[in-house]
Amino acid sequence: MKDFTASNGGCSDTPILRERGQREVFCGLTSIVWLHRKMQDAFFLVVGSRTCAHLLQSAAGVMIFAEPRFGTAILEETDLAGLADAQDELDREVDRLLERRSDIRRLYLVGSCPSEVIKLDLEKAAERMTARYAPRIQVVNFSGSGIETTFTQGEDACLAAMVPLLPETDERQLLLAGALPDVVQDQALDLLEKLGVGPVTVLPSPRADDPVAVGKNTVYALTQPFLGDTHAALSRRGARHIAAPFPFGEEGTTAWLWAIASEFGVDPAHFEAVTAAPRDRARRAVAKAAETLHDKSVFFLPDSQLEIPLARFLTRECGMNAIEIGAPYIHRDLVGPDIAMIESGPTLSEGQDVDLQLDRVRETRPDLTVCGLGLANPLEAEGLTTKWAIELVFTPVHFYEQAGDLAGLFSRPIHRRNVLQMEETA
Amino acid sequence: MKLSVWTYEGPPHVGAMRVATGMKGLHYVLHAPQGDTYADLLFTMIERRNHRPPVSYTTFQARDLGADTANLFKTACQDAYERFQPEAIIVGASCTAELIQDDPGGMAETMGLPVPVIALELPSYQRKENFGADETFFQITRALARKQERTPQVSANLIGPTALGFRHRDDITEVTTLLEEMGIRVNVVAPMGASPSDIAKLGAAHFNVLMYPETGEAACRWMERELGIPFTKTVPIGVGATRDFVREIADITGLTPKLDETRLRLPWYSASVDSTYLTGKRVFLFGDGTHVAAAARIARDEMGFEVVGLGCYNREQARMIRALAKDFDVEAVITDDYLEVETRIRDLAPEMILGTQMERHIGKRLGIPCAVISAPVHVQDFPARYSPQMGIEGANVIFDTWVHPLVMGLEEHLLHMFREDFEFHDDAGASHHGQAAVLRVADPEPEPIASTSAEIIWLSDAEKELRKIPFFVRGKARRNTEHFATERGLNEIGIDTLYEAKAHFAR
Repeated sequence: MKDFTASNGGCSDTPILRERGQREVFCGLTSIVWLHRKMQDAFFLVVGSRTCAHLLQSAAGVMIFAEPRFGTAILEETDLAGLADAQDELDREVDRLLERRSDIRRLYLVGSCPSEVIKLDLEKAAERMTARYAPRIQVVNFSGSGIETTFTQGEDACLAAMVPLLPETDERQLLLAGALPDVVQDQALDLLEKLGVGPVTVLPSPRADDPVAVGKNTVYALTQPFLGDTHAALSRRGARHIAAPFPFGEEGTTAWLWAIASEFGVDPAHFEAVTAAPRDRARRAVAKAAETLHDKSVFFLPDSQLEIPLARFLTRECGMNAIEIGAPYIHRDLVGPDIAMIESGPTLSEGQDVDLQLDRVRETRPDLTVCGLGLANPLEAEGLTTKWAIELVFTPVHFYEQAGDLAGLFSRPIHRRNVLQMEETA
Repeated sequence: MKLSVWTYEGPPHVGAMRVATGMKGLHYVLHAPQGDTYADLLFTMIERRNHRPPVSYTTFQARDLGADTANLFKTACQDAYERFQPEAIIVGASCTAELIQDDPGGMAETMGLPVPVIALELPSYQRKENFGADETFFQITRALARKQERTPQVSANLIGPTALGFRHRDDITEVTTLLEEMGIRVNVVAPMGASPSDIAKLGAAHFNVLMYPETGEAACRWMERELGIPFTKTVPIGVGATRDFVREIADITGLTPKLDETRLRLPWYSASVDSTYLTGKRVFLFGDGTHVAAAARIARDEMGFEVVGLGCYNREQARMIRALAKDFDVEAVITDDYLEVETRIRDLAPEMILGTQMERHIGKRLGIPCAVISAPVHVQDFPARYSPQMGIEGANVIFDTWVHPLVMGLEEHLLHMFREDFEFHDDAGASHHGQAAVLRVADPEPEPIASTSAEIIWLSDAEKELRKIPFFVRGKARRNTEHFATERGLNEIGIDTLYEAKAHFAR
């Protein structure tokens, strides 16, 4: 396989601009919106405030689920004033919930900003409830609070909390970590099977009974770049990480698959035979969107932590020029391979002071700004074309067959601005 | 602790944001953790606002706790003043910041900023969004409005419209027109569109029009007490209410009541023969108290519906809604628990729901048509076209909005006549709704009709007959028949029972 490092050495040595100020990002609770779809026998119970409930509702956008498998136990004045024992109250609400929802096999007690600030011990609560409901229901605690997590870090916290509870195995196996839409996950498993890599297990599993185990003969690959704590937790269990660029676009998918294939001793000719056709399809699909994207500039505001791998895809496979690549956090262990592939030039920034960053956006006037929903319309109104970052998390975008769709998500806003023919007001 | 699945109202600081975002030249410095910025998207996405809400969030993180959150607040406040140069600043805390007790109000006061700084105390663990908006606007008014000379011409303030309000944008236009017809000038509209310097001029008006008690009542009461400005009690939604509103204004101002009804179409549309089918439609109403009260009157007196149940989610209006329910001889549902509302709707099995976006989803699941009459809002509630709820055009809009989800007059008859037809069948749906037509399957496997009562058995001929009744009234026919059978101690339903019941319930 060829070396993917960028010709000018990549961005590995680019100093990172670290900023601190107002952050225009979601908190980790938002991850529940997709995690509860992925884990079909799980309930996510946020212990928090009305704000938490309102966020989940607003982030979910529309209320399509009869009674969703997430909810908020809203803390009230009596809980805070110590008039009621919050642990007792929580037990009561959980009893009531589990009585009504016999389909629930996994219950996640999700910490929030208020529960963290009042130091409500949800870990203790989870232990108590696990003892009470075992073996039918497993109760796990993780935090999705804004004071500790940003947006996709909620998934990381959730998976990291599951790792210590996984059974031990000595089997030589591949573990894939990261919640993917089913269609994408099936494609990945199919490719790995054709390559002769196996056995493969996936974290999180769709159902509580699906066997996922870990041990010192486990190697793991991450499918999402925001799983820093999960990465650490798996290492602590003795599993070994296969570092690779993330599987976005033809090149990213190939590099990711090749890293795994090499680990499992797959013959290069066989790898070529399995991947040739989908690689070709992916290249053709991307080429169409790349016509619109070629030579256009892009500015990433921090949001999902997908920014660095996506910037790598857009600059290398779609011919775009990155001005600034902002991410909430940069884990070099995870996105290092992607950083090395991006030609040096763009500013890499971590954290955010949104007003200062928007000043840079206005100064550089990128052809495309990737940002959160709160900023998109205001920037459009200033004549800047935007892509809402949240769509990148909710849409199937990984691996070969989605490479064209991924490029299309970025080309569509630019294309739309070109097709609209309306005169400015006189 | 209370488990909540969906909520009708956000936290109180979101109410404060609705005031701040509606206004101009005001900035809100909110002590809040990372993540609370989600609220910006409500305004930029749902309402399609082309500016960020004028809110600076301090964005504290775990590592700041116990270290320098207070300093973080001061920096954010200073930066916000320098960058945005507002005429006034409001400061407050979101739910988490309330717990760390940094006292944003006290800190901001000591900073010596050269503009008025208004501190908000919004108890996040007791109150909700509407209270937050009402209290915020009250505090702004109390801080900035002063007694002053009245305008030479009779003038009024329009009080209550905010950002993210249900049709507030268009209601302002409509009420302004109503006032103009009587020769009354609008002094200030607030909070929507007003700057702090406009708030300072509130005292020049002769009276206040309280458009939305949910968000403007505290300020109106204060202005009545402190500035001697009376306010209107009628909310002009519907034909009767609009006429009452005009009379109320005439009483307050001594002017002659005047209302141009040339554009008013609701009364004739409602009287025209096509509307006969609306008679006695059983409707359930739910939303904020103000909109529900107005809708109840329209439903009964102007559309000829039968109100079978009503309620509101904001406890501030509970007393008014309970009294109204008594007047309509129904039991009020006062709750912010969406599952409770769903249960009540299921039990009442109305033919139509007049509710919020939440009830629209309930309706979807239960197969009951729904028209939206109140916040909480959705992107659909900000149509591009002019579509007020208040005044003359508001009445016209309401007629259309409420009739549209129903199967229409002649179509209802056609569905009756051709109910076995391959195109006009149960699953075909109303022709004006945009779903793909489903052709009738030649020999469908009939699903057994489950009795709603355990003790009653439907005989097969009666069950077959029940199937011939169009789908949108079948549920009612079944329940009526079972109710009829239970009352008479019957445990079997035959064809005769079905038609006996039909005769019994005939209207």
